[in-house]
Amino acid sequence: MDIIIVGCGKVGYTLAELLSSEDHNLVAIDEKPERVSRITDSLDAMGIVGNGIDHKTLLDAGIETADLLIAMTGDDEKNLLCCVIAKKSGRCQTIARVRNPIYNAESEFLKKELGISVIINPDQTAALEIAKVFQFPSALRVDTFAKGRMELLHFKIGKDSPLLGMKLYNMNQTLKTNVLACTCMRGDDVIIPNGNFEFKENDIITIASTRKNAIDFFRKIGNVKHRVSSAILAGGGMISYYLAKSLIASGINVTIIDIDPVRCDHLSEDLPDATIICGDATDQSLLSEEGLEHVHGFAALTGLDEENILLSLYANEVSNARTITKINRLNFTSIINNLNLGSIVYPRIITADYILKHVRSTSFSLNSNVEKIYKLANGRVEALEFIIKEDSAVAGIPLLKLNLRPNTLVCCIYRNHKVIIPTGQDMILAGDSVLVVISGYRISDIREILEG
Amino acid sequence: MNYSIILYILGCVLKFESGFLLLPAFVGFLYGETEAFSFIFTAAICFILGYFLSRKKPASKNLFIKEGFVTVASSWVLISLLGAIPFVLTGDIPNYVDALFETISGFTTTGSSILSDVEALSKTGLFWRSFTHWVGGMGVLVFIMAILPLMGGSTMNLMKAESTGPAISKLVPHVKDTAKILYGLYIGLTITEIFILRAFHMPFFDALTITFGTVGTGGFGVLNSSLGSYSPLIQYTVTCFLILSGINYTAYFYMLSFRFKEAFRIEEVRWYLFIIALSTGVITFNIRSMYPTWEESFRHASHQVATIITTAGFSTTNFDLWPELSKCILVILMFIGACSGSTAGGMKISRVVMLAKTVKKELSLIIHPREVRKIRIDGHVVEHQTLRNTNVFFVVYFIILLSSTLLLSIDNYDFTTNFTATVATLNNIGPGLAMVGPAQNFSIYSTFSKFILMFNMLAGRLELFPLVIMMLPSTWKRK
Repeated sequence: MDIIIVGCGKVGYTLAELLSSEDHNLVAIDEKPERVSRITDSLDAMGIVGNGIDHKTLLDAGIETADLLIAMTGDDEKNLLCCVIAKKSGRCQTIARVRNPIYNAESEFLKKELGISVIINPDQTAALEIAKVFQFPSALRVDTFAKGRMELLHFKIGKDSPLLGMKLYNMNQTLKTNVLACTCMRGDDVIIPNGNFEFKENDIITIASTRKNAIDFFRKIGNVKHRVSSAILAGGGMISYYLAKSLIASGINVTIIDIDPVRCDHLSEDLPDATIICGDATDQSLLSEEGLEHVHGFAALTGLDEENILLSLYANEVSNARTITKINRLNFTSIINNLNLGSIVYPRIITADYILKHVRSTSFSLNSNVEKIYKLANGRVEALEFIIKEDSAVAGIPLLKLNLRPNTLVCCIYRNHKVIIPTGQDMILAGDSVLVVISGYRISDIREILEG
Repeated sequence: MNYSIILYILGCVLKFESGFLLLPAFVGFLYGETEAFSFIFTAAICFILGYFLSRKKPASKNLFIKEGFVTVASSWVLISLLGAIPFVLTGDIPNYVDALFETISGFTTTGSSILSDVEALSKTGLFWRSFTHWVGGMGVLVFIMAILPLMGGSTMNLMKAESTGPAISKLVPHVKDTAKILYGLYIGLTITEIFILRAFHMPFFDALTITFGTVGTGGFGVLNSSLGSYSPLIQYTVTCFLILSGINYTAYFYMLSFRFKEAFRIEEVRWYLFIIALSTGVITFNIRSMYPTWEESFRHASHQVATIITTAGFSTTNFDLWPELSKCILVILMFIGACSGSTAGGMKISRVVMLAKTVKKELSLIIHPREVRKIRIDGHVVEHQTLRNTNVFFVVYFIILLSSTLLLSIDNYDFTTNFTATVATLNNIGPGLAMVGPAQNFSIYSTFSKFILMFNMLAGRLELFPLVIMMLPSTWKRK
């Protein structure tokens, strides 16, 4: 696909990295030459220095023949205008990043009237991810499939988990559970486990299951965390705002701490049901005063990565809360992953993944039938949801007899409102939603999981 | 430094060279010459060496600009070292240093020769000599990039090191596709010229070799008189194709994608054509008295201007006998060179234009000390980094020029000879003036001087930095 990215800041670069690794024809536009040269030097992409709303610049980038334009500058109005110009001068689909909550409320109107295919609000997307974790605190991360019926849940194996030393093939028997382990991250390695796989301490396991079975599973392995009923959010940025809104809506008491009195004023206007504290979130006595020791959820969402890391480490030390750490920069991830920070949220990656999902999904490319896509284990594993068409090559054959490529796992089949964790005798039928986990290759059609 | 990837790419380069070597072998068999076996033998050596070097896939695919420079510089040295072997084996050029000189002169599209009697060479040898021009013109690594799926984005660092001009940009998003387009245009030019030359009744072998020398802007001929004994029509054809080969390939890309306006807007190309027209005009008048007709003096003037500015170095006449004004113009053209992004050598017009604009800007700054002024080319502001790079290029260029002239003077020839020998090799022209003029050759120099000239040719083709950086000790230090 021919893709134009306007704005090569942090998100733009991450996105360019992802898309160029998928072999798209990429043209990046930015006004700052150093940002453009960073992309052209390190990625297989072309760069143009210029303003994305300049029609001539867009023509240089080949807007007339492009399939997709993604506007990722820091300026909402510029992004919207850029998409409109692109739409008028070519036949491309457009994606705009829009952060201002005012536009957010009208995003459906904007999409319809301006002809923009997708409007993404990175803060809101990140906030929704965090909210999912607070709603199901046993897992580090929750990804949903099949209209919310199936979930992929990530968790870390603690030092006294009953899973330690257990082999995968007798896990469900011993525990009397019905879940499927899809991937395991051990140190820097990613494993798609087979029957002989043995659980070890500090493994991060992903399981596919329904919510009910997952609750049962987590109870049996002793990983029970109560539903979050109160949460402290350190930092009052846009993510905090959206997160607070969604938490309050599900009946959670929210306290937001921010140091800027003007920002606090705004927040208290917009969130009448939240407790807004104007103060320094790194002040230990202030945190105790607000009851950090007894709170169920804690999210470090300030603008400084270092501060967020320290806050989460401290919160984990003094309380039993479910902690979430927001990290903006992507450096030193290997060190950060080894710290006891609870769930780590990278808004950049969430945004980039969200867009990638759209790029690969049915609405954009005709030869793809991916419904949903999640990147697991730092992008090295992908979980994809497909809806099976009538004539699909995988339909009607028992899984055992399908000649699957290595590192492929069919995790779940969703049929007639029922979730099936498949065994070798099960087969995929037309009309099913199927979740597959793959590693080491990329696909855009379910047929491609077959060898040859 | 990531040695494993450098070795891997060198291995690929050698495998390709072995493929290239099979072509002259094929020609040799056609003419029934036993020299073909020497080429097959060398091809086998290249393949075996290449196979062992590229057998292990590199562990890390990091290819930073430093690795890019070192890879390109060392692969050019390596292909020259191996490409010289067949000349020795066939006995065409028995001395290895001379053979190496001839090969480097070929790959770098210089066209300087140590041979006094070209016609004595075997057809196989002659073909290889000219074919090296064609390979070296657009670059071996660019060729490999067009064919092999190398490692994605960072191969840009290879293209930066091998292509000509101060700012290398991609024509299309993928490096691989950019390389394909460049070679597509290159092959297109080549085939067109062969057809036209054949239409003017040039022998097929000559048409082939002269074309290689033209589009690669090399300048090796197959006759002792270079182009002098061909018909005027053939000489005009070669002149035209030389001028076409010196144009920035981006212009052709624009034209093929129907962006004519942009193609004609390229400032560099306009300057290039203007300089050619002006110099041709002045020289035509200047040499009028030496030739019987206006037509003939125009033909020689235009050909010589084209061949010198594109740094090919053919000759239709002995321009060493021309008046001083004409000779001086030709020496100045040697420095300027043709457009960036072409196969030609020299400093490149874009650099000269940039330097001239810098001078203008700095002078204006003296008058208005607080003025803020940006340098523009084609209407776009030139980045400060590019300007700085151009200035440094200019300084390094003159340091090499002066030190090379100094070292050549040990051989005790006159100044014109030494100076033009340096200029002709550093700018990849071919012939100089006086004792290295078009009717002479470089065999007069000692072995030491030949190595200096070989360094000049490689440095000129790779635009100085890759070779200089390869020779810096700090590049190789382990950190």
